[in-house]
Amino acid sequence: MLEITNLHAGADGVEILKGINLTVNAGEVHAIMGPNGSGKSTLAQVLAGREDYQVTEGTVRYEGKDLLEMEPEERALAGLFMAFQYPVEIPGVTNAYFLRVAYNAQRKSRGLEEVDPIDFMDLLDEKLKTVDWTAEILERQVNAGMSGGEKKRNEILQMAVLEPKLAVLDETDSGLDIDALKIVAQGVNNMRRPDNALIVVTHYQRLLNYIVPDYVHVLVDGRIVKSGGKELALELEAKGYEWVQEAGAVS
Amino acid sequence: MTGSSVKELVDREYKWGFVTDIESDVIPPGLNEDVIRLISSKKDEPEWLLEWRLKAYRGWLKMTEPHWANVHYDPIDYNGMIYYAAPKTEKPLGSLDEVDPKLLETYEKLGIPLSEQKRLTGVAVDAIFDSVSVATTYKETLAKQGVTFCSFSEAVKEHPEIVRKYLGSVVPRSDNFFAALNAAVFSDGSFVFIPKGVRCPMELSTYFRINAANTGQFERTLIIAEEGASVSYLEGCTAPMRDENQLHAAVVELIALDDATIKYSTVQNWYSGDENGVGGVYNFVTKRGKCAGVNSRITWTQVETGSAITWKYPSVILQGDNSIGEFYSVAVVNRYQQADTGTKMIHIGKNTRSTIISKGISAGHGNNSYRGMVKVLPSADGARNYTQCDSMLIGNECGAHTFPYIDIQNNTTSMEHEASTRKIGEDQIFYCKQRGLTTEDAISLIVNGFAKEVFQYLPMEFAVEAQNLLGITLEGSVG
Repeated sequence: MLEITNLHAGADGVEILKGINLTVNAGEVHAIMGPNGSGKSTLAQVLAGREDYQVTEGTVRYEGKDLLEMEPEERALAGLFMAFQYPVEIPGVTNAYFLRVAYNAQRKSRGLEEVDPIDFMDLLDEKLKTVDWTAEILERQVNAGMSGGEKKRNEILQMAVLEPKLAVLDETDSGLDIDALKIVAQGVNNMRRPDNALIVVTHYQRLLNYIVPDYVHVLVDGRIVKSGGKELALELEAKGYEWVQEAGAVS
Repeated sequence: MTGSSVKELVDREYKWGFVTDIESDVIPPGLNEDVIRLISSKKDEPEWLLEWRLKAYRGWLKMTEPHWANVHYDPIDYNGMIYYAAPKTEKPLGSLDEVDPKLLETYEKLGIPLSEQKRLTGVAVDAIFDSVSVATTYKETLAKQGVTFCSFSEAVKEHPEIVRKYLGSVVPRSDNFFAALNAAVFSDGSFVFIPKGVRCPMELSTYFRINAANTGQFERTLIIAEEGASVSYLEGCTAPMRDENQLHAAVVELIALDDATIKYSTVQNWYSGDENGVGGVYNFVTKRGKCAGVNSRITWTQVETGSAITWKYPSVILQGDNSIGEFYSVAVVNRYQQADTGTKMIHIGKNTRSTIISKGISAGHGNNSYRGMVKVLPSADGARNYTQCDSMLIGNECGAHTFPYIDIQNNTTSMEHEASTRKIGEDQIFYCKQRGLTTEDAISLIVNGFAKEVFQYLPMEFAVEAQNLLGITLEGSVG
């Protein structure tokens, strides 16, 4: 589904990613862990197509296509979703309207008819359950006036509605208390299917207790220095990032 | 802002910029008493009105053009301008069918069909072309309800007593420089009279079109709602693209008696000048309403997207006890447009209430100022005001300014004022794009969310036009 080869990228002439190699197949969950400043979020942003970052070397193939050649909205319409670390506020626009516009943009791109507000409400009823919310949230403004936890949950609601093939969760656990974390994780787990994939970017192992990864990759200074199964996350938790940093230096 | 579509949105073509090739009756440029006499005689006016004009003119000569607004322009040559231009007609117009097909075609192109078969349902239109009214639809239907909706010139002939009673009663002929100029040379405009107890059965609308070159438009609108009457009135405006600036100095007077309601909505889309700021209309307008009676209510809603310079403050004098004044505004500037707009709420009566919501959107090199005054006189016990003015910036070369003036002379007043400025962020646009929206749709969504509070006060017909003008899809029926 996703094949990243020797990816180098940076911002303002400073290289942040220094040769990333990663293959994600359908049905898999990959966790990207790493200390602050290692390039985790940069990787997520580059995948989503943020213009602030320039790719200087390497390729990213997504479903056989050159991802880096695609506009951010083309990537989105091709099924790539990023849950933002800092979800953006759009005052005056209701969640219901925003979700419908985004959903209809997807439908239009697939040559399907747009869904009217009434039919869409039926669909939303189902989706709200995945994040344990009621319809009241739909009349709220997009992220404006929401708590940090609500914003993160709202990202997962959007993900549930858009049903992406590949979702990148960028530090979705940051700022969440344990109850909210469980709800968010459960929402994500409900969406796992053999034909989609997930990349979970996180600093802490905590989230991975709830969203159990198939693979864990440790990112240090722009390179993946260690990859392994879910037990790697626990090892990291116990030994700290310094352990892999040293290991990285040795390898 | 780097996205190329933002630039496209800002640089959109002005599609109403065509010129109608029609023979006009134009008087020579220049302004003096003879020109005023000529205008008055062309309109076959009574002596008292000519006198009123001349007094205004003599007063105007002693005034100097004000320059306190946050707008900049080259001096206006008042003697180089044409003060009267009218499409030539062979004979007086008896009905719509006799209107020059070229004029009908013009309004058709503007999306305002006047011909009998295609009229806008539920909206009566007075079409003003340069200095004269060319047609008013649904006149008879309205007359049956006792509603008078006609051109100002016609009102002077048909209802001289009413015109004489109310003309200048809210905006005196000496009110300000541009109002005095208007009083001297005004050519036409709309007149609405809703008698006691009548709720006007349809939206009334005036469509203003400047066509002739080098011509100023000085229309005058007078709306009177008697006891218990109500009316909703809309105005729309466009002009051809021309390299020289054109002056539009209108005066609007509203009078609401006891328990009367007047809702006045504007979608202003005069030509704004080209991408270098050349040409465009100077929209220097005096609009004021008087809540003369108890429990009366006047609402101004405006969406200002056009004009090189917009300079106006639709205001309400809250004279009657318990009267309500409202001002809802969206002002958009892009390219080199300038806007200095806002309102004045003058509280005189007891328990009078006013609400001001102003949304300024600045893009390109545009400069947008909100200027508003809330004045509470000693007599206005229990007056209340709520003011909210928000500014949104698109790009790095535009400006937003807020000038609130507050003058409270009664200690039982309650006042709230909120203001905010925000920049439409790359973050917001990227967020929308990541959800599958194009840049243009993203900006529409964001700007629309910003302006939504005001759009909801527009009549449906105009809400659609307003949304198109901003190049956006209106916040949907959900939410």
